[in-house]
Amino acid sequence: MATHQPLPDQPPPISQRGWLRWLREHLFSTWYNSVLTVVIGYWLISTFVPLINWAFIQAVFTGDGADACNPDGACWVFVEQRLGFFIYGFYPAEFRWRPNLVFALFALSVVPQFLPLPTTIRKWLAIFGITGLPLAAYFLIAGGHFGLESVPTSRWGGLMLTLILAYVGILAALPIGILLALGRRSEMPVIRGICVVFIEFWRAVPLITILFMASVMLPLFLPDGVTFDKLLRALVGITLFQSAYMAEVVRGGLQAIPRGQYEAAEALGLGYWRRMQLIILPQALKIVIPGIANTVISLFKDTTLVLIIGLFDLLGAVKSTLSDPAWSNVMAEGYLFVAFCFWVFCFGMSRYSHRLEKQLETGHRN
Amino acid sequence: MQQTETGLEPESVASPVESVARDEAIIQVDDLNKWFGDFHVLKSLNLDVRKGERIVICGPSGSGKSTFIRCINHLEAHQRGRITVDGVELNEDVKNIEAIRREVGMVFQHFNLFPHLSVLENCLLAPIWVRKTPRNEAIETGMHYLERVRIPDQAHKYPGQLSGGQQQRVAIARALCMQPKIMLFDEPTSALDPEMIKEVLDVMVELAGSGMTMLCVTHEMGFAKTVADRVIFMDGGEIVETAAPGDFFTNPQQPRTREFLEQILQH
Amino acid sequence: MTTDPRPLRPGRPKPWNDPRVRSVVFQILAIAGVAWVGYTLFHNTVSNMESRGISTGFGFLNETAGFGIIMSLIPYNETMSYGQTFLVGLMNTLLVSGLGILLATIVGFVVGIARLSSNWLVAKVALAYIEVFRNIPLLLQIFFWYFAVLGALPGPRQAVNVGDIAFMSNRGIVLPKPVFEPGAWVMGTGLVIALATIVVLAIWARRRQAATGRIFPVLPIAVVLIPGLPLLGYLLTGGPVSWDVPSLGGFNFRGGITAIPELGALLLALTLYTASFIAEIVRSGIVSVDKGQTEAALALGLPARRVLRLVVIPQALRVIIPPLTSQYLNLTKNSSLAVAIGYPDLVNVFMGTTLNQTGQAVEIVAMTMAVYLTISLAISVLMNLYNRAVALKER
Ligand SMILES: Nc1ncnc2c1ncn2[C@@H]1O[C@H](COP(=O)(O)OP(=O)(O)OP(=O)(O)O)[C@@H](O)[C@H]1O
Ligand SMILES: [Mg+2]
Repeated sequence: MATHQPLPDQPPPISQRGWLRWLREHLFSTWYNSVLTVVIGYWLISTFVPLINWAFIQAVFTGDGADACNPDGACWVFVEQRLGFFIYGFYPAEFRWRPNLVFALFALSVVPQFLPLPTTIRKWLAIFGITGLPLAAYFLIAGGHFGLESVPTSRWGGLMLTLILAYVGILAALPIGILLALGRRSEMPVIRGICVVFIEFWRAVPLITILFMASVMLPLFLPDGVTFDKLLRALVGITLFQSAYMAEVVRGGLQAIPRGQYEAAEALGLGYWRRMQLIILPQALKIVIPGIANTVISLFKDTTLVLIIGLFDLLGAVKSTLSDPAWSNVMAEGYLFVAFCFWVFCFGMSRYSHRLEKQLETGHRN
Repeated sequence: MQQTETGLEPESVASPVESVARDEAIIQVDDLNKWFGDFHVLKSLNLDVRKGERIVICGPSGSGKSTFIRCINHLEAHQRGRITVDGVELNEDVKNIEAIRREVGMVFQHFNLFPHLSVLENCLLAPIWVRKTPRNEAIETGMHYLERVRIPDQAHKYPGQLSGGQQQRVAIARALCMQPKIMLFDEPTSALDPEMIKEVLDVMVELAGSGMTMLCVTHEMGFAKTVADRVIFMDGGEIVETAAPGDFFTNPQQPRTREFLEQILQH
Repeated sequence: MTTDPRPLRPGRPKPWNDPRVRSVVFQILAIAGVAWVGYTLFHNTVSNMESRGISTGFGFLNETAGFGIIMSLIPYNETMSYGQTFLVGLMNTLLVSGLGILLATIVGFVVGIARLSSNWLVAKVALAYIEVFRNIPLLLQIFFWYFAVLGALPGPRQAVNVGDIAFMSNRGIVLPKPVFEPGAWVMGTGLVIALATIVVLAIWARRRQAATGRIFPVLPIAVVLIPGLPLLGYLLTGGPVSWDVPSLGGFNFRGGITAIPELGALLLALTLYTASFIAEIVRSGIVSVDKGQTEAALALGLPARRVLRLVVIPQALRVIIPPLTSQYLNLTKNSSLAVAIGYPDLVNVFMGTTLNQTGQAVEIVAMTMAVYLTISLAISVLMNLYNRAVALKER
């Protein structure tokens, strides 16, 4: 018998090749898929062409006021005109360098995390980001020390306020959440009970009722004469609320760690806190990165609720501009602008968590 | 209860014949070609399988063995060539495909038992919904085949509660409950621990003895030697060599086959 | 030789090193801490309330409310009590949550399945929808629909006219209202008979299939019967239902049912926002069912729709239902954002207006939170029962 000669590869039939195949497989594989493609294609074109025309082509981006705008296009002029208010709220213009400096420090500690720098540098910058930065931000933005004039929190606002709420909220909610999660898995029934009640209570009620409670009940809870800053009250409310969600996320990670890891850690003779810190938590937190990211994103979105108790975050700042008669016709543009800002942050965070999850995937799943 | 015993005993199939009389063939594959995108996986495969014949397909990983037998019950669509099973040609017609799948049982490498159904319910699902068998009758058939694979006592457990070998035997019973004319096996033992391989192979040998037409992708050479009528060696999407097991193992014709056998028999 | 009569035991450590002693001490400290915090809060609250002259107790629930509410499912006017305002708010919360859950489930399932469509365009549109709507704060979406979309509709005089029977204006959407005349009970009876028939039919069909193997198409018959019988009743009794069609009178519409814009905007935002999460849940639930399951079922000769119904959906639902219920809970809690646009839900009416008027913060906050706590607890109890029932039997 003759030695078998391998057949050469042949190209697939013409209907299976290149872009033709792509179209056939992805858009026109069956008759109803073809109908769907045509209907949705038509809908997309008839919606988005006019929308893009309105938002960009006919739109006016710069000018002196609402009069500069074109009735057929979007009026983005107000963004340019009121940008300072959207970013800083009522923060005095002459002191805006102070939040700017904080923004720069923030960028300094966060941006390098995305760059291919040596791990030690990134680590120290990250440590600065969670310790030095909040302190520096407080002294710079609030003032009142080191010869800086004090600016009351009632004048803080805009994107600055949104970021402060989100950043401080996250920094506080994560550790509290971890402690609550450890407590919920504790072997001491009293500790467990306290944590369960705490977590389940915060998770059961809407954030808005908590913010209301913080504004109407907190003054009743405190001894006479002690007052609490409104911003601080909002922060406490948001933090406690999200820490309960964070606790549940972390608990999921703790449960996913196999018993053997706990036993191995114990066998090494480590004390409880060391075991958790060195062995259990690093693994547990890694597993739940997507859950943590989701909590962070929802905390970020929830910061908008503070406008209901009278703080001017980014949404509040834009909303108050829209109630100004001079800018009464830019309602849609106003909300689209804020939506875009939030969307960029949230979408960016969710993409980043996906990437982080892949990077930390060291393979040894059990 | 009727059973599809073809009456062909294993020894009644004498020597493998390269060309089977066409009308005798229960599976006819002519010039089968398949592409995954631009990748030519199956190249001009030709194969006729007689009723009751037992064929073992082997070959290196990625040679297209799974793809080939999955084409036979149209889990994969082919782009050129013709497959006829039990007189029905496989095309895009859903009714034809379903008709053929009723007659062709398949056992997968990873069992694919339905975890939300008990072992017995796994066996009842298709007879009840496809063959429209009354429930009691289906239970009777189901228990019969569970006895044949020697696990009637597990009937009310769930797949997750069984060992791998037991699960694979349930999978075989589940396929047999449809009383198919042909059984396809795609590496049924390669996900199993050594001690479980035997219990599954025993069931397969017994099934071969009952005259079932079988196509097995497997690297269990002992199984091939004892039950196969023909061994097919695939490489690079082609059938490189077809031979009776005796010739195949002692006197392979193609250098590629020899190379493969050397590698596999070393262990 | 004397033997020690005591059994051999490990020696006791020093008390401060004994984990059991430590644990007991720690727990006693925790209890003491909680008790102290509780006592302080209580003490401060009581003394604060005394010094501000705030009355206590639930007596206020019987006092006259004296304020109007723009929408109520139960009879309400300003002469009624604060107890009634609580009920009005509660009903409105339940209404918007119930409708929102229904709509979000429909949209979410459609989008989640579309996300897995073999049609590239459909899958990408679904993905874009999910990524846009879940990454924008809900409050912002509520404002958008309320102020920028519904608020931008013309006034009643220039209302968008849908075939002279429904009107959309910045006062809301006005729809014709069915008026049931004597004889309408025949239609109701028709519906009841249809439902009962379907139930009986389903039981009979299952029995017959078990006995003879024949499959009976219950679903198509249900689809015909459920609207069919009431319609038959309508025709036989000569149309006992008339429509109160809204008409423009003065500055607003007369007749019909009005869905206030607050309800419309809140419902739209809650639906679209929650649906984007539900879609992801549905998608990952379906994806979680191994491809091998579908292949095995197809290989047995089951037609594609039966594979879906008998193999894929039952397995996907186990993955989908727990996070789905938590989305339902979220939607219910999020409906409290109503307060931002003035939809009279529980938080707005009770924790807002009623609290402002009575000043009885403790009682009102407690009652409001108790409502949400009850809903959450009830759902989580049901969820635990469900999980126990469907837990896959593993070794
Ligand atoms: N769905 C698919 N899409 C693209 N390529 C595929 C797909 N399925 C299989 N292939 C490719 O086709 C080739 C043949 O695959 P097949 O699974 O048939 O090999 P095999 O002989 O069964 O190998 P093994 O012994 O590893 O199971 C492989 O190169 C594989 O990567
Ligand atoms: Mg294979």
